[in-house]
Amino acid sequence: MVNRNKKIETGETMQLEILRYNPEVATEPSFQMYKVPFHEDWSILDAVNHIKNEIDGTLSYRWSCQMGVCGSCGIMINNIPKLSCGTFLRDYYPNKISIEPLDGFPVEKDLISDIDDFLTKLTDIKPYIIRNKGEEKSLDEGEYRQSPAELAQFKQYSMCINCMLCYAACPVYALDSTFIGPAAIALGQRYNMDSRDQGREDRQELIASHEGIWECTFVGECSAVCPKDVDPAAAIQRAKVSSTIDWFKDVLIPWRKKK
Amino acid sequence: MITNHDIVMVGGGGAGLRAAIAIAETNPNLNIAVVSKVYPMRSHTVAAEGGAAAVIKDNDSIENHIHDTIAGGDWLCDQDAVELFVKEAPKELIQMEHWGCPWNREPNGSVSVRPFGGMKIERTWYAADKTGFHMLHTLFQTSLKYNNITRYDEWFATKIIKENNRCQGVTAIELRTGKVQAISGKSVIMCTGGSGRIFPFTTNGGIKTGDGMAMAYKVGVPLKDMEFIQYHPTGLPGTGILITEAARGEGGILVNKDGYRYLQDYNLGKPLNIDDPNHPVKKSMELGPRDRLSQAFVGEMEQGKTAPGPYGQVVYLDIRHLGEKKIDKKIPFVRELSKNYASIDPVHELIPVRPVVHYMMGGIDTDITGATSLPGLYAAGECACVSINGANRLGSNSLTELLVFGSRAGRAAAKFALENPKIDTHLLEMQAKDEQERISKNFFQKKGGTERIFTLRKEMHDTMEAGAGIYRTETSLKETCNKIKELKDRFTNINIEDRSLNFNTELTSALELEFMLELAEVISHSALERKESRGSHQRTDFPERDDHNFLKHSLAYQTETKPQIDYKDVVITKWPPGERVYG
Repeated sequence: MVNRNKKIETGETMQLEILRYNPEVATEPSFQMYKVPFHEDWSILDAVNHIKNEIDGTLSYRWSCQMGVCGSCGIMINNIPKLSCGTFLRDYYPNKISIEPLDGFPVEKDLISDIDDFLTKLTDIKPYIIRNKGEEKSLDEGEYRQSPAELAQFKQYSMCINCMLCYAACPVYALDSTFIGPAAIALGQRYNMDSRDQGREDRQELIASHEGIWECTFVGECSAVCPKDVDPAAAIQRAKVSSTIDWFKDVLIPWRKKK
Repeated sequence: MITNHDIVMVGGGGAGLRAAIAIAETNPNLNIAVVSKVYPMRSHTVAAEGGAAAVIKDNDSIENHIHDTIAGGDWLCDQDAVELFVKEAPKELIQMEHWGCPWNREPNGSVSVRPFGGMKIERTWYAADKTGFHMLHTLFQTSLKYNNITRYDEWFATKIIKENNRCQGVTAIELRTGKVQAISGKSVIMCTGGSGRIFPFTTNGGIKTGDGMAMAYKVGVPLKDMEFIQYHPTGLPGTGILITEAARGEGGILVNKDGYRYLQDYNLGKPLNIDDPNHPVKKSMELGPRDRLSQAFVGEMEQGKTAPGPYGQVVYLDIRHLGEKKIDKKIPFVRELSKNYASIDPVHELIPVRPVVHYMMGGIDTDITGATSLPGLYAAGECACVSINGANRLGSNSLTELLVFGSRAGRAAAKFALENPKIDTHLLEMQAKDEQERISKNFFQKKGGTERIFTLRKEMHDTMEAGAGIYRTETSLKETCNKIKELKDRFTNINIEDRSLNFNTELTSALELEFMLELAEVISHSALERKESRGSHQRTDFPERDDHNFLKHSLAYQTETKPQIDYKDVVITKWPPGERVYG
């Protein structure tokens, strides 16, 4: 049998132009050029690790799993937000690659962005199962029944790895950071659409607010860059539809309003 | 500088978050801290794929799960711990279900289970092949509802603070500023995971450097059974990326370079045809335990029946016969990973695989409540050794373990904190000051260091793989022990180029290497002293299991010169040591 795990070394090199910024010593970011060996199976992260290990120990960036699931290593690669562990040198060879921290976030140092804003928004959206008082099942009663079709309703939105690529791509978030943003809304919808959840109204105030779905202009960039096909744009769209239905119901059938 | 809490979790992965929630639910007045060197959802629990074991179906039994676990662990498991683990497992997984974990379902809406290696009956709950990811995010998102949990995201813990023979907190570096401070806790739970990064080929993420194990060892807490390192039989060559055992649970087969299902030559049963409705047979062939499958790979390699690749020898995992539809429904991540990282589509092609370091059975010695020998210090998850995994962990027990024992450690640590409220904050602040000075002196003020972190790390990788890998001998282990000693000496001459305070990832890499060298020494000395072969610890110079001398846990203590290795008895209750039978 032929070994299909392809070659490693070619003797060729590639250039990586990395935006460096250390606020302790510099007032402005500036690009630094590095030359790395070209390996067909190397991810951008492998190349950046090579720089850190063998060329320049001061380069700072986040990474961990190297398999596209921990969500740490999002950066701008030639101006497009991507996971550095899931993007490969071979797709750019022999051209120079430009690397910058994610757009739309304050920079801590080099490629490390400050994402605390997202953590606050995620908390505000209440991303957990909410049951009405007295309607929680006890553990002794076993699992909630959920059909494969009910699972399929929200499964896609549960695949979000919080990598922040969608925020970096979002033109609305770039202009107005009060916008809750694609991932947080998708995760709110993930629970809204879960058959076990009864908390939609608790989330609705924020989701349906100005900072929520209505700010989205439906450009769809978030879904285009999502490495896990979560499709946050669709989540926002669905939330708009259900919020509109809510509004009509409240106006047309006011006696329905709230228990 | 100091901040004060009742209970401090170090590590925000599955065990740390489960413990934090357990405490929050026990008592909403307790002040809880979760200290993690990464944002919690980056923790390596995220990478677990196949699933979590618990008895839920009528065709299964508690007795079955207990027996599979004990036999899988080659009788080195504490049977009291295994028994309560198996009994508490279903409740913990149902709890995860109530918190929203998207388990795969049967048409009637009940949770689905799948078979895994070493299991008599299928009992692995799964969320496609991203079970760890979904569990971690479910726990993290659920933890956001408790306002008595304070998170220290991207704080790097450096040391356990011990005062008056009691653990009273940790010192940690705030990565954003570089400031070192004390975070005090009336009790502390270590939940920092394993240390696969000691080895060159591993499924473990870059953060898995054994920090908590090393910190506990340095304050005199023994590390138990550290010689037992699990190689997962199917990692991608080069990157070490895990191809889940679920691929074989769903019917995938392993073949050598000639296309032959070689496991039949290693006392793992006879293969059924892949079209046979009874394939795959549980506890047989591809569904044998991980240690035996990894050892079979070495056997094939020695006979020249593996295939050469750019990163060494490989065998092949063949899942083509499952078909695109089943692959995309049950193990989509396997396809995604193979495409991205091996440039092959497993719907049409064979996946090249080799054994890669996956899990540490050993860890901080704890009792069944998670308590260590140091009052106030607890541990749970991979960094702990309770022991339920013995000499070889059964696939899909680790995700369940972090729930059961995360929860137990949380409750026990909460009780300890309430009963022992007195903390000496002045002494803790002094310790934090000393720690700041130590770091500054060893890494920042030093001039003329010549050793690169990368070089030392690589030499550590090479000697661990060569001397303390799947097969070991006295000669190989002695060489490794000597080499690690040399590397520890050379580490004192480390060079740090980055002198900035904020996000100094070169400094944290150096601290991680320091932790790993400590553990590498413990692993190789523990392995040298265990003169038998059991589970994942295979000595070619002592090929038999020796219950007379070694039905015992090893305990490694730090001394001035080298680890001191003691032993304690394994708890045997109802299941006397027997032969491991597969096939």
